[in-house]
Amino acid sequence: MSLSNVFNIAGSGMSAQTLRLNTTASNMANAQSVSSSIDETYRARKPVFSLRPPSVEQVKDNVDGLQPGQGVDVLGIVESDAELNMEYNPSHPMADEKGYVYYPNVNVVEEMADMISASRSFQINAEMMDTAKQLLQRTLSLGQ
Amino acid sequence: MAISFDKALGLHDDAMLLRARRAEVLSNNIANADTPNFKARDLDFKAVLEGQLEMTQKPLELARTDASHAFGVAEPQYSSELMYRIPHQAAVDGNTVEVQEEMARYTKNAMDYQASFGFLDRKFKGLNTAIKGE
Repeated sequence: MSLSNVFNIAGSGMSAQTLRLNTTASNMANAQSVSSSIDETYRARKPVFSLRPPSVEQVKDNVDGLQPGQGVDVLGIVESDAELNMEYNPSHPMADEKGYVYYPNVNVVEEMADMISASRSFQINAEMMDTAKQLLQRTLSLGQ
Repeated sequence: MAISFDKALGLHDDAMLLRARRAEVLSNNIANADTPNFKARDLDFKAVLEGQLEMTQKPLELARTDASHAFGVAEPQYSSELMYRIPHQAAVDGNTVEVQEEMARYTKNAMDYQASFGFLDRKFKGLNTAIKGE
């Protein structure tokens, strides 16, 4: 039944956006985590989204040849390879032998924009699910 | 005399199923609004419905050259294909979903579904009245 697939699709979208919101929160919280070496410094994390293809059973069921995708998959989380922020501050307790401390490559403005985008997308997925629910409920009342 | 539900209900049950399929396609577009390289898709409601109607009126039968061959009807494949949408503004990540437009289409599709539902519901109510003879 196609309308119940909308629940899965919107659900996958919502969980993907939640994960995106989670990485944003992690990035923002760690935006000022200093470290004394490049390797130990926190790097901004980003989720990678991809289209979820229909399952084998669904492909068999769709005799009319229409094969719509089935939502979003999160392939994984990657760390940004943008350059870290170095700061010369010999009096800092975390400074290395040359007097540098390293700040994460988190761009706070970018993260804020990402956060707003994620929450809007979550909202629209929830709305879509609500519409599908109403349609299904009405369909159940057929002939009454 | 057998009652044919197919004839009694007309095209409304087909239309409703098609609306449900379209809701799935459009919701997938919206869910993938942030997926890089995703291309928004849609189905041409009119073309698919015409294909369905053609099938019910004069089904294109598969050739049976042997008695053991199963009976089959060829599908009008040309009409049941998902098309790709042409975006007004291209995104840098190759995504062609325009969320506002997709949401508008999704909502309109939901309304059309309800309309088809209304027609179907009334067909059943009519049958019910005919059976009861009130």
